[in-house]
Amino acid sequence: MSYLEYNVKRVPSGLSKVLHMNWPLVLLICAVASFGFLMLYSVAGGSTSPWVEPQMKRFALGLVAMFIVAFIPIWFWRNVAMLAYVVALALLVAVEFIGVVGMGAQRWIDLGFMRLQPSELMKITLIMLLAAYYDVLDIKKVSRPLWVALPVALILLPVFLVLKQPDLGTSILLTAGGGVVMFAAGVHWLYFAVVIAAGVGLVATVFYSRGTDWQLLQDYQFRRIDTFLNPENDPLGAGYHITQSKIALGSGGWTGRGFMEGTQSRLNFLPEKHTDFIFTTLAEEFGFIGGISLLMLYGLIIVFCLISAFRSRDRFSSLLIVGIAATFFFFFAVNMAMVMGLAPVVGVPLPLVSYGGSAMLVLMVAFGLVQSAHIHRPR
Amino acid sequence: MKRPDKDIAASARMITRRGLVVGGLMGGVLGALALRMRNLQVEQAEQFRFLAEENRINIRLIPPARGLIFDRNGVLLAGNAPNYKVVITREEAGDVDAVLETLNSIVQLPEDDLDRARREISRRSAFVPVTVADRLTWEQFSEVAVNTPALPGIATEVGLSRYYPLQGDFAHSIGYVGPVSDYDLERLNDDDPLLQIPRFQIGKTGIEAKFEHDLRGSAGTSQIEVNAAGRVMRELDRQEGETGASLQLTLDHVLQNFTEVRLAGESAAVVVMDVDNGDIRAIASAPSFDPNKFVRGISGPDYRALLNDEYRPLADKTVQGTYPPGSTFKMVTALAALEAGVIGPEERVFCGGFHRLGTRRFHCWKRGGHGWMDLVDSLKQSCDVYYYDVSQRVGIDKIAEMARRLGLGTKFDLPMSAVSEGLIPTQAWKRANRGEGWQVGDTLNASIGQGFVLTSPLQLAVMTARLATGREVQPRLVRAVNDIPQAVSDAPSLGIRPLFLNLIQQSMYEVSNLRGGTAYGSRVTEDAYKLAGKTGTSQVRNITAEERARGVFRNEDLPWNRRDHALFVGYAPYDRPRYAISVVVEHGGGGSKAAAPIARDVLLQAMYGELPPLSAYPAHQRNMIEERQRNLELRPRQEPEQGRSRA
Repeated sequence: MSYLEYNVKRVPSGLSKVLHMNWPLVLLICAVASFGFLMLYSVAGGSTSPWVEPQMKRFALGLVAMFIVAFIPIWFWRNVAMLAYVVALALLVAVEFIGVVGMGAQRWIDLGFMRLQPSELMKITLIMLLAAYYDVLDIKKVSRPLWVALPVALILLPVFLVLKQPDLGTSILLTAGGGVVMFAAGVHWLYFAVVIAAGVGLVATVFYSRGTDWQLLQDYQFRRIDTFLNPENDPLGAGYHITQSKIALGSGGWTGRGFMEGTQSRLNFLPEKHTDFIFTTLAEEFGFIGGISLLMLYGLIIVFCLISAFRSRDRFSSLLIVGIAATFFFFFAVNMAMVMGLAPVVGVPLPLVSYGGSAMLVLMVAFGLVQSAHIHRPR
Repeated sequence: MKRPDKDIAASARMITRRGLVVGGLMGGVLGALALRMRNLQVEQAEQFRFLAEENRINIRLIPPARGLIFDRNGVLLAGNAPNYKVVITREEAGDVDAVLETLNSIVQLPEDDLDRARREISRRSAFVPVTVADRLTWEQFSEVAVNTPALPGIATEVGLSRYYPLQGDFAHSIGYVGPVSDYDLERLNDDDPLLQIPRFQIGKTGIEAKFEHDLRGSAGTSQIEVNAAGRVMRELDRQEGETGASLQLTLDHVLQNFTEVRLAGESAAVVVMDVDNGDIRAIASAPSFDPNKFVRGISGPDYRALLNDEYRPLADKTVQGTYPPGSTFKMVTALAALEAGVIGPEERVFCGGFHRLGTRRFHCWKRGGHGWMDLVDSLKQSCDVYYYDVSQRVGIDKIAEMARRLGLGTKFDLPMSAVSEGLIPTQAWKRANRGEGWQVGDTLNASIGQGFVLTSPLQLAVMTARLATGREVQPRLVRAVNDIPQAVSDAPSLGIRPLFLNLIQQSMYEVSNLRGGTAYGSRVTEDAYKLAGKTGTSQVRNITAEERARGVFRNEDLPWNRRDHALFVGYAPYDRPRYAISVVVEHGGGGSKAAAPIARDVLLQAMYGELPPLSAYPAHQRNMIEERQRNLELRPRQEPEQGRSRA
């Protein structure tokens, strides 16, 4: 669909756009972010420094960005999708050369006022490009092998670059987010079945190869897998995070120990308590009720996004929203699974809650895109 | 491109259908997460809460053994002894006062130990074990150990503590260790976790302080699981620390002990140096003190006694103390004059008992004067007027330059506390520090090592070694760190003409061996071991005109602390120099009477390697020497540690 196909007259313009925004979504986002402020306040021992204050500033900045993105018509975003992808890809290549090495992995480009993580940017631009691609592509060709191979290449290119940094968490999010867009666009389910079957087969083969002379992984890599499967065997080594995080979580019980009363996180048993493992503090202090509330808020964000996607008759908008919702979902699902000992520790923050600038800003821009699609949907 | 409406509808249907599938899967995952959360937080909550409360993983530091210090022959000078101690952990003890009370009824503890422990306990975190008492006897220790069930939070530990087997002999060079203090933490600016251990021993003075980094070693860690009662459930992981580096010094414990004993009753300093490589063989400051007292924590009365002693046992007179060098400085003036060409080797100066400068008279120590003096005679008889005369011709700046070349006014890089620079005055120095111009009178005073000139015994020993060899010998105190030999600085030539040097050496020989020499009384009769030297007597006060008129300047008639310092510098054997020595006896009177005999005894001991035979002494002195040797309370020669006997 091109610009002319939209019934421009029926699309709100000017300040009336504010009225047509998806307000429940905005409120949900603010609620989740508030959980974050509360927890950062608690892990800092009841202080707004060093985490709450910068986090609030970034969130405010994010809200402004969201509104700006939302007010720009969605067709503009579709038209720049290709460009955005190329720029993000170029930045990803650039971090290889000028990236600042942080936490043992090359992820940042220092812009002076903030550190840009191109891999975060790529999470949106990849979804945008795939949505635009399927918007242009003739529906009948969607499942033809050649037309399936192209988007797969578009996904794998950045995934490969991100893996090289190395950042396993982000590459999983990119693959999963891209995969969901392809699935929603109508690519035949057999492709997915084959990929999943192949994946399972590969994992089985890798495990089977252990101890034979054609072993596919190094010994230490196998040991890491062991640790994940049975962290109690190595409570101070690699299994430390998982064991401690489970203890903190579990000791929260139904109602938790109360705000600022968590002992496990306070006593520094927990690593990364303000970033990747912030959920444990929440679960320890607010218990099952607190944890499930956050989970429900996240669920509601997904639901509101999906409803918005289904109501839109614009293919680009729908696919974009589904992709963003899926990425957001994988974000918190992987983090929570990791914290609860259901997934290996891969380093994915809890969206909108964990301390961190790049991820927060990118997520707010993504929600801006969702809002833009919502406001400018054909009616 | 225009998409048909049919396609738009189909696309929307497909997205909705697939979107619902995705949404369903997401819902499933959310459900699984919620179930897991319920499982952890509700069903297993009891168990995890127990784990959180009861099981804590603690990391304890294992202090490393401090590096050992050996003498040049591998004899242990500083080692570690087991230390039986009792520690208390506040969070496990509950009522600390009650527990301490019970402990006190089992083993009597000094009140200040308990006070210190209480202060320490309130200062540290609840889970840090604090030492209540250490250096318990084995009996006390086992009594506490048996009674631990009645003493919650109390544990017995065996640690290591520094001890110095040779007591006072090396108190000034090696120094001592003591418990780390807040001041140390600030001073060191070191984030080594070991320093956070209460009462951890670190070097406070001397080599112990200067080599703190090497001697300390690095901490090991023990990761242990403890339950709520503080009982250690199991050790999960243990990483041994690294023992501190061992040091081998250049000192010789036999010679050092001999020197200390020989100096008994005096306030004195002796430095013995190997003239070839600069190895310091003995460096003694008397009286000394027992460093072990400081390790244990010295008692108030003991400390006050050390502080109030007018012989100042705590001060290191060898490197820190500075004295006017007196006549031992005359070699410097002589060499400066010879090099400047203001006087020839044979040229003579008339000494009539004083030197006139304007209206002032500068007196020679010999009131009647020495008559005509050449260089050799002036040194041999230590004529002052000769030096007044030549110094006026050569000027202070040339003298100062020569002094520096010989090592005076230089801060040597020795790992001892408060190594002083001394003072070699120049015209510029006086203008800058005293705000007035240099007077010719200042030059005359400086020429005989009085006035502003200040030198440490170490500098005098270095000067003597340089005079004996003509090379720029550097002092050295550490031979090897962890068995890795330390570099001997190559000693380049001083660039003094051999003719001049020989003249000085000849004079020093005559001082000690020819009738009329100021140290003739302390000569050696064994040909192979004859010494060459120079006496010095430095005034610590101005002789007033009134005193001079009354003729009261016999030292014996003055109170001790106003008497002159006695000095002697020398080397031996005079023809093939091996050792250089400097001796300063504070307020000892004349150099020839108080300092030279000490220098002779120590040098002979160094060369023989044992108590010198009487045959080395002049026949008429042998009875007296034998008597003195009998009264020396020497420590028996120590055995080197296994595998360390390297000479």
